[in-house]
Amino acid sequence: MKFWRVPLDTEEIVITRGVVHIIEDRCKGCGYCIDYCPRGVLEASRRFNNRGYHPPEVKQPDLCVNCHYCEAVCPDFAIFSVEAPAQPTSELPSK
Amino acid sequence: MNGSTSPKHPLDSLLRTDRIPHIWCPGCGIGTVFSSSLIAISSTGTDPMKTAVVSGIGCSGRGAGYVKLDSYHTTHGRAIPFATGMKLANPELTVVVFSGDGDLFAIGGNHFIHAARRNMDLTVICVNNLNYGMTGGQAAATTPHRAKTSTTPMGNPEGPFNLPLLAYACGATYIARWTMLHTRDLTQSITEALTHTGFSFIEVLAPCPTGFGRKNKLKNSDLLRIYQEKAIVKNGANPAETILDLEQGITLGKFVEFDRPTFADNYRAVNCD
Repeated sequence: MKFWRVPLDTEEIVITRGVVHIIEDRCKGCGYCIDYCPRGVLEASRRFNNRGYHPPEVKQPDLCVNCHYCEAVCPDFAIFSVEAPAQPTSELPSK
Repeated sequence: MNGSTSPKHPLDSLLRTDRIPHIWCPGCGIGTVFSSSLIAISSTGTDPMKTAVVSGIGCSGRGAGYVKLDSYHTTHGRAIPFATGMKLANPELTVVVFSGDGDLFAIGGNHFIHAARRNMDLTVICVNNLNYGMTGGQAAATTPHRAKTSTTPMGNPEGPFNLPLLAYACGATYIARWTMLHTRDLTQSITEALTHTGFSFIEVLAPCPTGFGRKNKLKNSDLLRIYQEKAIVKNGANPAETILDLEQGITLGKFVEFDRPTFADNYRAVNCD
């Protein structure tokens, strides 16, 4: 993340991180998680699940901030994220 | 990083996982609304043994079949009467009606207006997909003017209901409208509605890519983009001024919240004093 000026509390802010889990065989390939992930973590995979849809796959695992939006927007209960150890702000990779 | 490491979804404890994947089409928004409802039910801390979900007929009506709580899949349009009976027989229950616009406002319209008039202590979540999805995308009481459906191929000559205004006029005491994209606000609203005493009504706009989308040349993500771009969040707006027009805008927000005696209160006051 690039700051145009460094906020005074940068050192104290801890940004959460998450690990995305995908239950591939529940996915129906609507793509909402890919379209609406605020950090662009996901992309459509080329392989098929057992129902013939393309499930998403994690493209950039380091960008996930565990916001749970993919989990909330998924109509098929096929994706969720769990919290991973946090990292300081300065180390957050840019999008 | 896939399902093999941790395949258990956080909502699996509230789902009949043997029936998942559900029948809703790819891109259908009902699943998201359903998921928000489950998150809200689990976050209010109400006893799952004392929570019941009632559904009518239609795509959204399948909701009752997927939830691992006491649930009731009722006859067409009659979700609210069944829920009313359940609530009056066992006032300790938290009763959630999860159904669609066709079920609640077309065939079940009268039940809705009378339950709202009586201020029955129910939470009604109406998934509005702007058409009759399950039967093949026919024009419903909520289909926007000029929208194309399988029964109105030249465009719908009728105007739709303004559901928040209808609910307000009938006497509902909590009214909100969100789209399935506003999952956080929606979950918050459902949580408030569950704890609110009185008739709570939440309209949720969900895309129907198979029925409504196909006839109007809107793909999966097109309707969602409309919902995102046209959304006007106006909490506390006068229900008479809320609009739902895919071109002009869609007013969202929590419109009404007030308290008045419920049916059970009034019944007790009249008969037990």
